[in-house]
Amino acid sequence: MTTLQNGGPTPPDLSGRNLSLRRAVADRGATALIGLCVLIAALPLALVAWQVVSRGASAWSLAWFFEEIPRNYRTEGPGMGPAILGTLLITGMAALMAIPVGVLGAVYLNEYGKNKPLARFIRTMADVMTGVPSIMMGLFIYVGYVLVIGDKTGFGGALALASLMLPIVIRSTEEMLRLVPDELRQASSGLGARKWRTVMGVVLPAASSGITSGSLLAVARAAGETAPIIVTVGLTYIYKPDLFDGQNTTLAAQIFRNASQPFAASQERAWGAALTLITIVFLFTILSRIIASRFAIDKR
Amino acid sequence: MTATAPPEAPPEVDLGGEARSRRTDKGFTGLVTLAGLTVLIVLGLILVTTSVQAWPAIAEGPIQFLTGSTWDPNDELFGTLPFLYGTLVTSLIAMIVAVPVSIGIALFITEVAHRRSRKYIVTVVDLLATVPSVVFGLVGSIVLIPWVTPLYQWWAGVVAPVPGLNAIFDETNTGRNYFTAGLILAVMCIPIITSISREVFATVPEIDKQGAYALGATRWEMITGAILPHSFGGLVGASMLGLGRAMGETIAVALVIGGSLGINANLFAPGNTMAAVIAQQWGESSGLHTDALIGIGVVLFAITVLINFLARIVVQRAELQMKGARS
Repeated sequence: MTTLQNGGPTPPDLSGRNLSLRRAVADRGATALIGLCVLIAALPLALVAWQVVSRGASAWSLAWFFEEIPRNYRTEGPGMGPAILGTLLITGMAALMAIPVGVLGAVYLNEYGKNKPLARFIRTMADVMTGVPSIMMGLFIYVGYVLVIGDKTGFGGALALASLMLPIVIRSTEEMLRLVPDELRQASSGLGARKWRTVMGVVLPAASSGITSGSLLAVARAAGETAPIIVTVGLTYIYKPDLFDGQNTTLAAQIFRNASQPFAASQERAWGAALTLITIVFLFTILSRIIASRFAIDKR
Repeated sequence: MTATAPPEAPPEVDLGGEARSRRTDKGFTGLVTLAGLTVLIVLGLILVTTSVQAWPAIAEGPIQFLTGSTWDPNDELFGTLPFLYGTLVTSLIAMIVAVPVSIGIALFITEVAHRRSRKYIVTVVDLLATVPSVVFGLVGSIVLIPWVTPLYQWWAGVVAPVPGLNAIFDETNTGRNYFTAGLILAVMCIPIITSISREVFATVPEIDKQGAYALGATRWEMITGAILPHSFGGLVGASMLGLGRAMGETIAVALVIGGSLGINANLFAPGNTMAAVIAQQWGESSGLHTDALIGIGVVLFAITVLINFLARIVVQRAELQMKGARS
């Protein structure tokens, strides 16, 4: 019984200390490179946050949020009120159109279509549609709406943003509906509810927090869109609370317009608008996170 | 054994409900189906309306429209080759930078990071995705360009004696060029490529990884031996989705690419891309010029839809294979 102590094979050393130098270096080096990738991604985020906050904060004042936009690039001074109002109104209107249609579309995919060929095709095309360049939505609304009614309006921008949000809302809502446990549907049918009552009274309320959070993310993304806005909305310097009444403007469009000018006054306005826009987008994103984590469906 | 009498038929129960309620149900089915079809309707309308509108500009010569290298709205000469070239070059630069970095991040999240730090890295990548593209353009054009221009000049000086390289990295007097646009696009593609790559890595069977470790592999050998071969198809799909995103990006590129209308092999020279030229020239265009810009949009739409469609199929197929391997 002493063979093990005398001449038996020594237990293998599993500590990795006797790795060949080449393998050890490859492993450590690769891990370091992978870590470097994370830094490379964090760097632009830090740069953007630092620059926007440090340069944009000086533009902020009470007047900044309420005054009209100066007409001349060279005019110093505040004023982004119309763009803030325009951003909120146009994005809000887009949400009013895209979210109901998107949620119902998702209901079709998850509750009615399921694995039918049509539903699968729509699912794929919704994914494809999320990849359509945003400027294309602007061109589409320009041809299909602006040219028809003959004027660039805030509502045109809302239509373009709605087309942009639609596939995002559909896909995120469908993910949420999929999490609703089947027992709920069966219990509802068992009580004699028709399918539409089951959907409206049981499935959608059960998924409501997830749907809200996904929709808010879509809203946040749409609020920062520029290309469809400059194509369909035009430009204004004054408050335009009526989206159907002539040209309008948004924060993103103002950033683009002012950033391409060499004048210090306009560039300062661009930074101020960027800080305002990022704040709005950030608020929506955080709100979406809070709703998602606080009211999440039990994942059983 | 006496035959039992057949049980009496149960009393008729009407489970049909009222006719009104039945109609509501039918109506609701119709409504949601219509909502689902909206996606197809909108996609179809995009293609049809924009193509019809752009037709006068393209009709002169569809081949000429794609291969002509002169874009001169005053002479009504519309050749989109310079912009096709610009889109291709900038998104290629973006891919070369973004794909390895994104795969690295995804590997870090799935294999290297601790569970607690994982959450923060995911947040960083998500935040990168929420920054509006115009803000990237703003930071790029005002902050980044003055920083990188001396770097470009230094690099052009270094490679000047090397034939081939000195044509690609030639002299520059402005940082507004293909290369800067490519770098900004790379940053903007990282979130989407990372998130799809993570999904793909998540489908690699745990037993493969443990098997590799059991054979004495280091972490890196496990990654190259077990994870990457399994995920290759999915990673190709993820990169294609990033490519589609890069090709369609408009505003950030419009602010940093310079806006020249020619084709230049020098990556440090100003150029233009399909999406960016639409945004830049939209305000001052009218008539046939506008139609031609919409025509560029149609071409861009066709390319990006094709790339996205193929990418989705590649990703779906890869994930199916993965799931098959797991069971």
